[in-house]
Amino acid sequence: MKRTVPLLITLVVGAALIIADFVPHRPFGTLGDDFSLYFDIIAVFAFILGGGNLVRVHIMKLSKKRKDWPFSIVTLAGFFIMLAAGLLKIGNPDDIKGDVAALGSLFSDLYISIFTPLQASMFALLAFFVGSASYRAFRAKNKEATILLVSAFLILLGRTPLGLWLTEGIPDSISFLELPNLANWILDVPNLAGQRAIMIGIALGVISMSLRVILGVERTYLGQDND
Amino acid sequence: MRHLLRLFLILLLAFVVDGQSVYSQESDPVTSTADSVATEPVTPPPASAFGLAGEDMPNDNGHKLRVKWQYPAEAVGDITGFEIWRATSPTGEFRMLGQAPNDYFEYLDIGNKETPAPDFMANNSDFFYKVVAIGKNGLRTESEPGGPFRTYGQWFHRGKTPVLVGVVLFGCFTFYFIRAAKKGKELYVRPLAGIEAVDEAIGRATEMGKPTLYILGIGTASEIATIASFAILGRVAKKIAEYQTQLIVPCYDAIVMSIAQDVVRSSYLQAGRPDQYSDDMVYFVTNAQFAYVAGVNGIMMRQRPATNFYLGYFAAESLILAETGNSIGAIQIAGTDQITQIPFFVVACDYTLIGEELYAASAYLGRDPLLLGSLKAEDWGKGIVMALIVVGVVATIFGWDGFRELIRVNL
Repeated sequence: MKRTVPLLITLVVGAALIIADFVPHRPFGTLGDDFSLYFDIIAVFAFILGGGNLVRVHIMKLSKKRKDWPFSIVTLAGFFIMLAAGLLKIGNPDDIKGDVAALGSLFSDLYISIFTPLQASMFALLAFFVGSASYRAFRAKNKEATILLVSAFLILLGRTPLGLWLTEGIPDSISFLELPNLANWILDVPNLAGQRAIMIGIALGVISMSLRVILGVERTYLGQDND
Repeated sequence: MRHLLRLFLILLLAFVVDGQSVYSQESDPVTSTADSVATEPVTPPPASAFGLAGEDMPNDNGHKLRVKWQYPAEAVGDITGFEIWRATSPTGEFRMLGQAPNDYFEYLDIGNKETPAPDFMANNSDFFYKVVAIGKNGLRTESEPGGPFRTYGQWFHRGKTPVLVGVVLFGCFTFYFIRAAKKGKELYVRPLAGIEAVDEAIGRATEMGKPTLYILGIGTASEIATIASFAILGRVAKKIAEYQTQLIVPCYDAIVMSIAQDVVRSSYLQAGRPDQYSDDMVYFVTNAQFAYVAGVNGIMMRQRPATNFYLGYFAAESLILAETGNSIGAIQIAGTDQITQIPFFVVACDYTLIGEELYAASAYLGRDPLLLGSLKAEDWGKGIVMALIVVGVVATIFGWDGFRELIRVNL
């Protein structure tokens, strides 16, 4: 019973949503939107679930003085300060009736002054990681890596004014050899062909995976007693 | 000096007073209106639009109508554009829908599907329209109400016929191969390096006495990539339980965390090690993208896992995670269906499951004949797509447009 009911729900909902994709008439036409709404409603409860888990895990860590427990103090302090600032609307210009993220409130100030710069800093790290990853990838160790290196070099050069300046003197009859044109060709022809091949594979994989889930062949996601 | 200053102030004051009088004369509204009335000719209102026609849009649930009208060609230059108004009766209250430029003589009215919305369009209902021509002189001329134009909801989206045929065909292949697998037919599926390496990766973590980190990505539980990742997590967790090594699953989404806890618990139970399972293995970090990255990177730097799995939906955080994992010397297996992130994983990880391989991984790991049957169907699907591409190229070269029209999808 514990296994049959979820499988039955998956089968009925999955089949209904497949039909809804081909039947625009009511009630099928709006089924997709309706089910998204149900998911959003369920997702609201996840905030309580997530918050509860976070607090439980870190309090356990603190109480048992596990390795790196001081970090848990920072996490819990951040969680409770933001929670209090949001729930009590501390410093909100319109007091308790105001918008939780109103400018001038403690919640907004903490978000803008601390969270946003920290998030931006993490994102900025990407630039350095792209550098280190490119260095490793572009070493011409074999034939494939050499092709990658040459392609990357042509695209990078073709996307800069220097690339245009270097090859602008090329006669019109062989203008395809101009670096910007060459860069565009690499992106629009071999690169796009490769991407489309992967996309077709993904589409088939999605259908296959969906059928496995709908038909109950794949049931690992159900967790307990799944086999 | 004081006299000079006084003289200067008097001159300045005189100038200001003079300036004001000049400005007030120039801007006297009575005078200027009188002048314009005397000199400018009276412009007539613009011509009216006529011949309103409406047609129901196909392949919808009856909430779209295309309205067309005509306008005298010689008068087009006199107007800036049109306003389109709709009502449910010719004498009812008309509601403005939008505008069209002066050289555009049709408007696609997409009404709301929901009843309380003011622009709601009911299925199988009549609607009336008015088109208002807006003159360059600001004057407006309404057309006669046109209608009734009726909306119809369709029971089948004809534009998606090729998709339906493809899905049915693919479904038939899946059923056929699953039945064949059930009957015991040996099915060959191409080995995947990333999947073959799972055992090796977990074994390495066991030998080193270090944990295995499993990242489900930043997708929600409704993402198909996340569902595929749950299936792989189940198999990986079972092996980890058998090897008695440590597993860490930091989650981005609370619902994902809840499902992942159930999946891992179940795997430990199947491996005969329920006592080894703890809810602390699978926990929620945050659902802010880069805060999650910071959290996971912190776990990597402090706990130094020997093996990292990145399987699911990933965005900009993919390279930050994979490069950090690379810097600590972990063996890394990644897989995503996000095309833009695949190159990052290829560069930074030891093994990458590209696109559909992510969906195939759980079937490979499980070696369940039923799951392998669906993989075989996928291979046949790819074969048909390849054949269609070749035929499509040939048809295009020889100008056989019929074939292109046959497989065209009109959404």
